[in-house]
Amino acid sequence: MSVDELKQLIVAAIQEVAPEIEESDIDPDEDIREECDIDSMDFLNFLAALKNSSGVNIPEADYPQVNTLTKMLKYMAERLG
Amino acid sequence: MDQYSYEITMPSLGADMTEGTLVEWLINIGDEVKKGDIVAVIETQKGAIDMEIYQEGKVSEILVQPVTKVPVGTVLARLATAVEFVVEEVDASKDAALVKTEPHVEYVVNVKKEMAVPVGTVIASPVVRKRAQEQHLDLSNIKGSGPSGAILLRDIEPASSVSSKSVTPAESIRAAIARAMEKSKKEIPHYYITLDIDISPVQQWLQKENADKEPEQRMLLLAVLLKAVATTLIKYPQLNGYYIDGSFKENKAINIGNVISLREGGLMVPAIHDVEQMSLTEIMDAIRDISSRSRSRGGHLRSSELMDATITITSMGERGSDSVLGVIYPPQVAIIGFGKPRQLPQVRESEIVVCDVITTSLSADHRVSDGIVGAKFLNALAKKLQKPELL
Repeated sequence: MSVDELKQLIVAAIQEVAPEIEESDIDPDEDIREECDIDSMDFLNFLAALKNSSGVNIPEADYPQVNTLTKMLKYMAERLG
Repeated sequence: MDQYSYEITMPSLGADMTEGTLVEWLINIGDEVKKGDIVAVIETQKGAIDMEIYQEGKVSEILVQPVTKVPVGTVLARLATAVEFVVEEVDASKDAALVKTEPHVEYVVNVKKEMAVPVGTVIASPVVRKRAQEQHLDLSNIKGSGPSGAILLRDIEPASSVSSKSVTPAESIRAAIARAMEKSKKEIPHYYITLDIDISPVQQWLQKENADKEPEQRMLLLAVLLKAVATTLIKYPQLNGYYIDGSFKENKAINIGNVISLREGGLMVPAIHDVEQMSLTEIMDAIRDISSRSRSRGGHLRSSELMDATITITSMGERGSDSVLGVIYPPQVAIIGFGKPRQLPQVRESEIVVCDVITTSLSADHRVSDGIVGAKFLNALAKKLQKPELL
């Protein structure tokens, strides 16, 4: 999967909880929850959506490794090979 | 048998509601209904709400057709029922649908039954009624060009070019919040107290619980806080109930209203019922459920969820302020505020240690309780949160 495709996948999962968010709204190096204005319940739903579309289950212990779009892309790329 | 008549009326879903719009009936004449059934969808300032019924019987009359906006208390339909239902006088505001939540009655405008919209005089399809509603048109003043004088879309279409001042849902929610909060601050003598609670044991426990769970099964801190509040409240009945007509009435069930911010602005405060009897998993499921129904356009809240809260919790979450001092939602008598959980140095047996702390506040009605009661409550809550595994 290319970086762009992966980014699309993540943005689509974000849009499930925050429909009005576009990729251009997200500063890739800022906290993803701040950028998309999502609370802890939204974040769980976002991770569930991402797990369903990508098969990657991000455990709670790894939250610090996925708190920005850039970090999440890296994390996902490593797992999807 | 069915010898009594029970009136289904436009309910008041809180201190801030004066009218509502019947959008859709989910019942027909002759249907048998029972307590808790959803009989209609109504549109209020809080969005579309599933209207429940509190009586069983058979639908005998439908008096108002959708889509019609009516004042709170207007009789919408009647049930024939075998059980007598005690209704006070003819004050339409104190009727059936409201009995379960009589605390709210005080805030309801007194509506005389004659104000109920007469039906049967106007023939129009739901589409036409909806359009007329949007344009604030009174259909009874419009001459229909359809069969038997039925009003067709073309009969009201020209009016659409006339600009009508439309109110967005966000504006309408804003106005509802304004009314309730203004009333609260005018009438309720609030007192405020806070306590920094060490929640390290809860955070560690959650970490362990959630470690091998899928996102759908993970527990949030809020669920633990709700459970701890509910079980602590059992011993502090002065904080759970309603202040009506100069006196306080405690409520046995602990129904916690949860402040949920909407993405488009404003907030909803749906209640989770009988929290003291629920397991943590059930509470988490309930939070997930009300949060998704409050925040998605397709999901409806039920009328009881907006009527039955006996106390409210507002939680800032991880991105908010250190503390929050809430404004009580009348006629309730207390609101608990959780700031954002954060790490702070604390002194433990003369040693400085880093702890997870959440600043917890209580705003309560001084007519009903005193600060010392509130402080005891907060300390009891703190104690409960030291042993999350027992919750």
